[in-house]
Amino acid sequence: MEGLRVLLVDDEVEFVSTLAERLEIRGMEVLVASDGEEALRRVQEEPLDVVVLDVRMPGLGGLDVLKRIKEMKPDLPVILLTGHSATRDGIEGMRLGAFDYLMKPLDIETLMAKMKEACAGR
Amino acid sequence: MVDKLERFKRGLGGFFSFEVDEESPQRYDVLRRNLMILMVLVTFVPLLLMAGINYHEYRSVLQKEIVTPLRGLVNKTKHSFELFLAERVSAVSFIARAYPYEELADPQRLNRIFNVMKQEFTGFVDLGLIDANGVQVNYVGPYDLKGKDYSEQGWYHEVRVRGTYVSDVFMGYRRFPHLVIAVEQLTDRGDRWILRATIDTQRFHELIASMGLDPESDAFLVNREGVFQTPSRFYGGVLSQCPLPVPRVSYQADVIEAVDPNGRPVFVAYAHLVHPGFVLMVVKPRAQVLQAWTTLKSELLLLFFGGTALIFLVVYKLTGILVRKIREADERREAAFREMQHHHKLSSIGRLAAGVAHEINNPLAIINEKAGLMKDIIEHTPDFPKREKFLALVQAILQSVDRCRNITHRLLGFARRMDVQIEVLDLNDVIGEVLGFLEKEALYRNIDLRLQLAENLPRIASDRGQLQQVLLNILNNAFAAVDDGGIVSITTWDADLDRVAVSIQDNGHGMNQETLKHIFEPFFTTKKGYGTGLGLPITYGIVKKLGGCIEVQSEEGRGTTFTVYLPKKPPEFTKE
Repeated sequence: MEGLRVLLVDDEVEFVSTLAERLEIRGMEVLVASDGEEALRRVQEEPLDVVVLDVRMPGLGGLDVLKRIKEMKPDLPVILLTGHSATRDGIEGMRLGAFDYLMKPLDIETLMAKMKEACAGR
Repeated sequence: MVDKLERFKRGLGGFFSFEVDEESPQRYDVLRRNLMILMVLVTFVPLLLMAGINYHEYRSVLQKEIVTPLRGLVNKTKHSFELFLAERVSAVSFIARAYPYEELADPQRLNRIFNVMKQEFTGFVDLGLIDANGVQVNYVGPYDLKGKDYSEQGWYHEVRVRGTYVSDVFMGYRRFPHLVIAVEQLTDRGDRWILRATIDTQRFHELIASMGLDPESDAFLVNREGVFQTPSRFYGGVLSQCPLPVPRVSYQADVIEAVDPNGRPVFVAYAHLVHPGFVLMVVKPRAQVLQAWTTLKSELLLLFFGGTALIFLVVYKLTGILVRKIREADERREAAFREMQHHHKLSSIGRLAAGVAHEINNPLAIINEKAGLMKDIIEHTPDFPKREKFLALVQAILQSVDRCRNITHRLLGFARRMDVQIEVLDLNDVIGEVLGFLEKEALYRNIDLRLQLAENLPRIASDRGQLQQVLLNILNNAFAAVDDGGIVSITTWDADLDRVAVSIQDNGHGMNQETLKHIFEPFFTTKKGYGTGLGLPITYGIVKKLGGCIEVQSEEGRGTTFTVYLPKKPPEFTKE
């Protein structure tokens, strides 16, 4: 499981940077993007194992980014971060091909487990 | 003046207005009073008018019906009296003209004439001849009155003036009532003489008896001075004074109203005889005359009062029903309005809460990650100074974040962005699952859990998770309300065709009416310090969404009962 390449997308820089550091401590290779455009560029350019994507972002929203990612790399698993486990965003995301959705604030162990689960299928 | 009238009109309008003050607590009483007054007026006034008109009409008609025959009777009897007297006067007159003075002065001759007269005309008692000096020169009859001098008596002078004379009734020598008829004639030489006859008045009684009066009535003759000429049944004997006043002269029968000495109101029918000056009077008690009328009147009164009572009763009941219906309609409208307001409040607060929760979630996530990172660093750094202390601090931060997350998630839940997952389930099973959470606490606090779960309770289509939430919320409240050792009863039953019900009853401290009004409002809490005020609003929202309804009964100090009704069929869930 070591060495998974993860892309974290969230407009909250403090959130993504800290989360990135924590994941790195746990032996992952983490890329960050603070908006939708940047995220799509990264997906285009870099080989990735999994994307963790916040639904609520200014500019290009999480669900739009998800759609584009699925167009570019349909096999790349995407885990959504939502405000609530049962919002329509989450449901809609699942419909669009997200692997799963998680509530903020996150439990790091749960996130790790989900990512492993997502990559296990590949 | 005009100003005053205007003010009065306005006052009256205000009094009878149906535009009552919407907020006044007596508005229904006022409305009812006004309705009653109006209805009573509208029904009662015509009734009163009709009763009044009828009363007068009947009265006048009846009076005529009764008075007319009385008048006829008096007229007829009066004529009989006049005829009787006129015949007697004619008879005496005839004798006086037919026989010269000399013949009449012969005792044998007079005796013969008298005998013939007695045979032809009843009532004659005696016959006498009086010469120009007023001395009775010849006499036929039961008494020895020959030679009696009448020249000093009043009637003698009267007959000298008027030619014929009929006296009033008097007692005379014979101690029974009679009257005198006298006729004056002249001899060939021009001397005056008078033929005088006495009639007993027995015949008068017969005439009066022939009127066929009832025992309550009276009939008699009086002279113009009001002295009885015939005995009266009630008012005195012959020659005593009649207590009733002599009516004014009328030769046609007339009827007047009077009060007799006994205090009875009476009708007096009377007629004056043309000659002599007698008055025939018939007295009938008014009560008797108008007996038919009185009967009718009492029937009329009965009808009137009966009708009035009926009107009042109907108006009273009708306005009662009417005003009650209005009141109920008002209350329903108000309740609907309140419900709507409540919904509105809930949804706007919900939206606000959801927004706040979302906004808080982001910084909360940052705190979570920072603290998490700190923890990671501490754990991955050997020989971290004061390692245990820092780990405890970080752990405390993470726990607080967890609490905050719970709150924001409940807020979001309250915003009803949850999805409903309908499945067919057994309500009793759900209760069992929920009790799994609470059995420990019940045991620990020695709370008596009483389950009365209906067997064969129909399975319902609903959302298991949400039902668990509902039951858990209510049960949590029940547990919070009772003291240790209290009782919490859970009952399920098949409420009706479409619904099943579950009630949760505690014997805890209960709520007052004021609290009861607010329990479904968000952020209202009585659990000082640790309540969010969201439990029951969420519960309410969920039950509504599941197509059910929730009822609360509570009495301070006695406990609270929550009853939740749930539809058997899945609710028509509309997504937001």
